[in-house]
Amino acid sequence: MALHFELVTPAKLVRSEEVHMVIVPGTEGEFGVLEGHAPFMSTIRDGAVQVYKTAGGTPENIEVRGGFAEVGDKGLTVLAEHVEDAA
Amino acid sequence: MASLKELKGRISSVKSTQKITKAKQMVAAAKLRRAQAAAEAARPYAERMSSVMASLASRVSGNSAPKLLAGTGSRQRHLLVVVNTDKGLCGGLNSNIVKAAKVKARELIAEGKDVQFYLVGKKGRAPIKRDYADRIEKWFDTSDVRQPGFDEAEAIGDDLIERFENGEFDVAHLVYPVFQSALAQDPTVDQLIPVPSPEGDADAAASDAVVEYEPGEEEILEELLPRYVKTQLFGALLEREASEQGASMTAMDNATRNAGDLIKDLTVQYNRSRQAAITTELIEIIAGAEAL
Repeated sequence: MALHFELVTPAKLVRSEEVHMVIVPGTEGEFGVLEGHAPFMSTIRDGAVQVYKTAGGTPENIEVRGGFAEVGDKGLTVLAEHVEDAA
Repeated sequence: MASLKELKGRISSVKSTQKITKAKQMVAAAKLRRAQAAAEAARPYAERMSSVMASLASRVSGNSAPKLLAGTGSRQRHLLVVVNTDKGLCGGLNSNIVKAAKVKARELIAEGKDVQFYLVGKKGRAPIKRDYADRIEKWFDTSDVRQPGFDEAEAIGDDLIERFENGEFDVAHLVYPVFQSALAQDPTVDQLIPVPSPEGDADAAASDAVVEYEPGEEEILEELLPRYVKTQLFGALLEREASEQGASMTAMDNATRNAGDLIKDLTVQYNRSRQAAITTELIEIIAGAEAL
């Protein structure tokens, strides 16, 4: 019941963890990714990526700018040029 | 024969040079570790980027491919993006890079192409200006930041892409040092624009067959290509940083050792002449006493 989520910037690997769900601000609308999502690729607009560690928990917001998201067998990978980490 | 005082002066001047080279060596060793860590940290992004590029580029082909991938259709005007360091004291690194760039330039000119230079970093300016003063397009200054980051790569990338879209050149090559070890940094020439089609392996393309794209494959590719160029530039900047520190460490280690040898020789020479002077003095005294 876990989705492998990676957030990568040119400077470093910001996140690599197992989470419940991630909501990504896609160019054509936000989309949530759960485990077992079909292969998918989208560019993202500037905004917050919401990471739900557990079902129903409060999301953690990570501001990202410029990039794209890829969902594959290995989970969700968000490549962003800039990340403003709240933590 | 140099006088004692002169020798003493030389010894102390070599000693202070040695102090500088030793300090620079230690600084470079510390910075090298940081630069290597940065280069390693950037790898996942670059890897992801090129794997995505490979799977996309194999799908979007023919006339619909963006200009950055397909090129302008001509290969007449070439731009050499030469990445040099900003600081010296790093041995033959910069002259090797410049040499590689000049070899490439000569090759292209011999084929009858137009060649322009786009210089990044301070140390490449003078030697390239000497040979190709009228072919330098721009100097990009990275010396005002302590460690070039993605912002610099972005600025260079935006500038290059704008020039490309204005039709100022057809092909861009990137000349930069690849860090092998502290002893070896190989200057490398890579094609930057048009983006060379990454060799996507057939398996990856096949397994991606069901991937859904949003907005569309072409739109994503169009967004991705400038990013890919910037990632390449960023990689080159990081390689440059690591190479500079590695080369600097090696060069300064040699310099420190040479200074040590020189000090030893000079000290021997100093002691010899001091003894010779004492002996002469003694002989003079004895001869004087005997004369009485």
